[in-house]
Amino acid sequence: MSQLSADRPAPALIFETGAPGRATHYVERSRPHGEFLPPELLRSELPLPDNSELDVVRHFTQLSHRTFGIDLGFYPLGSCTMKYNPRVNDAMANLPGFRDLHPYTPDDLAQGSLAVMYELERSLSSIFGMAAFSLNPSAGAHAELAALLVAKKYFKDRGESKRTKVIVPDTAHGTNPASAAMCGFKVISLPSDARGRVSVEEIEKVLGDDTAVCMMTNPNTLGLFEDHIAEIAAAVHRVGGLMYYDGANANAIMGNVRPGDMGFDLMHLNTHKTFTIPHGGGGAGHGPLGVAAHLVEYLPTPVVRAIPDGKSDLRRAPSDGMRFELDFDRPKSIGPMRSFWSNFAHAVRALSYLYANGAEGLKSVSQLAVLNANYLRVGVSEFLTTPYPEICRHEFVASAQELKKATGVRALDIAKALLDRGFMAPTVYFPLIVPECLMMEPTETESKETLDLFIEALREIVETAKRDPASVMAAPVNTVVGRIDETRAARQPDLRWRQSG
Amino acid sequence: MGAYTPHTPQEISQMLERIGVGSLEELLAVSPEIAPKAPLDVVPALPEYQIERRMQALASRNRAADYASFLGAGAYRHYAPPAIAALAMRGEFLTAYTPYQAEVSQGYLQAIYEWQSYICLLTGMEIANASVYDGATALAEGSIMAINATGRTRLLVSRAVDPRYRAVLHTYCGGLDIEIDEMAVGADGRTDGDSVLAAIEAKNYAAVVVQSPNFFGVVDEIDARLRSAIETSGTVPIAVVSEAISLGALRSPAQWGAQIVVGEAQSFGVALAYGGPYVGFIASTAEHMRRIPGRLVGRSLDNRGREAFTLTLQAREQHIRREKASSNICTNQAHCALIATIYLALMGASGLRDVAGLNLERSRELATAVSSVPGASLRFEAPFFNEIVVRVGNAAEVLAALQARGVLGGVDLGRFYPEYADSILMTATELTTTGDIAKLTAALREVVHVAALR
Repeated sequence: MSQLSADRPAPALIFETGAPGRATHYVERSRPHGEFLPPELLRSELPLPDNSELDVVRHFTQLSHRTFGIDLGFYPLGSCTMKYNPRVNDAMANLPGFRDLHPYTPDDLAQGSLAVMYELERSLSSIFGMAAFSLNPSAGAHAELAALLVAKKYFKDRGESKRTKVIVPDTAHGTNPASAAMCGFKVISLPSDARGRVSVEEIEKVLGDDTAVCMMTNPNTLGLFEDHIAEIAAAVHRVGGLMYYDGANANAIMGNVRPGDMGFDLMHLNTHKTFTIPHGGGGAGHGPLGVAAHLVEYLPTPVVRAIPDGKSDLRRAPSDGMRFELDFDRPKSIGPMRSFWSNFAHAVRALSYLYANGAEGLKSVSQLAVLNANYLRVGVSEFLTTPYPEICRHEFVASAQELKKATGVRALDIAKALLDRGFMAPTVYFPLIVPECLMMEPTETESKETLDLFIEALREIVETAKRDPASVMAAPVNTVVGRIDETRAARQPDLRWRQSG
Repeated sequence: MGAYTPHTPQEISQMLERIGVGSLEELLAVSPEIAPKAPLDVVPALPEYQIERRMQALASRNRAADYASFLGAGAYRHYAPPAIAALAMRGEFLTAYTPYQAEVSQGYLQAIYEWQSYICLLTGMEIANASVYDGATALAEGSIMAINATGRTRLLVSRAVDPRYRAVLHTYCGGLDIEIDEMAVGADGRTDGDSVLAAIEAKNYAAVVVQSPNFFGVVDEIDARLRSAIETSGTVPIAVVSEAISLGALRSPAQWGAQIVVGEAQSFGVALAYGGPYVGFIASTAEHMRRIPGRLVGRSLDNRGREAFTLTLQAREQHIRREKASSNICTNQAHCALIATIYLALMGASGLRDVAGLNLERSRELATAVSSVPGASLRFEAPFFNEIVVRVGNAAEVLAALQARGVLGGVDLGRFYPEYADSILMTATELTTTGDIAKLTAALREVVHVAALR
């Protein structure tokens, strides 16, 4: 809270600082560009500011002081799995042998990186019960798109191009319907039942020979386990459709239940959630795409192929006795999803996290994530409505609907009041089916003390709302700026600095 | 126990009791039919020092560091001042999520606003987004913008555009009914637009896509005749920039007519890392503002009239519009965009100009040296930035022989262009030394000579 409430003014935009010629010289002075290229191809002006290294260091350090991350405090953002990002993972990704390797390095000089990709791929396949994973997609939404392209090609090859519909529950992440639309599918939204789940009866109403894919996340975004998942999968398979698992909530299931065993044919994993890769303010992510055996040949290119040339034991020293190569020759593949092979540095981070935990550790991670979520749910239910009062998985939803009726204080106000108290806000107004929704995911890396402090802060906000609603509606007041005029931002877009000011 | 979980056994018992459940197993019970049948096949947990040993052993199996390298082709080795990592790796930046709560994210939002501004200043465009995955996906998303703007479903793409970008464009178009036609490459290495003028004028195309410098390193602006056909037909001209350092020397794509500029900013301080994460950008004229995909940061005022930054125009995005969104993108490459922003802030205009100039200089030194080797010659004569295409005989064989002599000579063009199987794409940057070039030239003299004897 202290860093973010400092009364110092915002650093000026970088463009309003510096002086021409002040920049630190990191390289030699070059000869004039006109010696190398005809003048009509050259730039006449380059209006970027020149700053000393110290001024740049201060600028970005001050910006960091105006930014909240997990390292500063509790970050219970539902569906985002904001757990601790271990520093060893970054150190491993920055080993020069990994960091400086060019993507077009010949395979025989890149065996270490290929081994990392292979080992991660095999491990993920085992953890999630898939035949194979592609490490090509860059993020969850990117993997969803890749998966739907796989499904499209698979159906086309089977002469089933009439399958044009993708079924998405109304609790689904917004990327699901958006990915389906980008792939030319028609989206069928499926209402949840009174228990907050997809019911077999409801889904059977929309299934048919035009069903392509049913996209689900389990546990769903209410934090509830879809306990009829095996029957749902069977029903979708009966009409010839495919089941897609949105792995955004995979932190709840490791070592407990596998998407492959639940009947899913395709899935993605957000390793930047479940496997502790830092979110970095919105990316870069990493979205491995897993598939069942009948879809492996459709995976994006390239895939890492292992050629055993000796004895190997994956569990002890997986890369010993094996040679690896990038395989681009995959005739049925949907093709590449991105410029190069993978967000490789993130594959290193994910594998490092896997090494730290092993199978037992991952199981414990999910158990304690669920323990923390339920502990928080029980605490919060003392003063806020929890519309689904039952055991949740890694996250749960509360509603400020009744508080709003009584006091006028909304979920958004509660979120802003939490910022004043040094906590990140939960996800608000999602999923869409819960009015005044607050969606909370504590993750397993938070201690009981932190959860207790958060519960008390939330309790105090709700009590204040009943006594003095205006003060909650005025929040935040301890942050460097107050609530921002969003309408002005959208109606008079100012999306860049201009020279005139 | 998990490696980073703080719970003591007593706390676990207290918490279970509070919840009213007997055990962790009971808390996560699933029906037997879907329960896992076998233990997970993963490595047993390692203490941290052994994680380091194992990773170091893996990293040491990458053995490219001692080679003189002329690899580029869309991923470039440039100098990155250590101040970048010192700043970017600060936990506040590294462990933040997408800045939904603007009041506690002003620093990151300002950095992204600065990134958007830098991209606009360099490309000459009016707006830029907060980043996309990489250069290839930037092209795919930029093309979808043009398709939505024109209501047309055909694209015309130069064969001199990075073949992997084109492959990704094909992948994306596999989900939609989009057709892609190609423009040929002329003898000088530039896009040959003449043969497609009539088709453009017939209003067949949503967009015309050209890359500059193109995949062969050649400066490849849309020429006057093509530009006039594009203008009269309402086609959207898209420029691709995969070597962002070139923007420090070459005139902006806006100056030669681009309406959408897409590209890759890995060159601005982002590690090579065997292909990622990198950072794509999309910039455009103002008319495409509501079609641009992904996050946009805007400047507004707070409730006390103070200047403040926030995510804006979110009605385009998937979490609001779901299947009607302009793209499905959610996670982007914010941290790499931050790295690029810090790079540009450190370099300034003078540093970027110098780096660009040194790339021009060293690549000409490379061109002169290799073309002095008997049997090796430059394939294209048009002006280039920092890459050259060298005809050597059998490119694959020559590259293998160079590798045996401690040189990574470049990328075999036959991999993407059967007609150029005799050519290597070679890159020189400010980090390429005269010694590297001498080593390459000496090896090439042996190798090309040997190849010619066969």
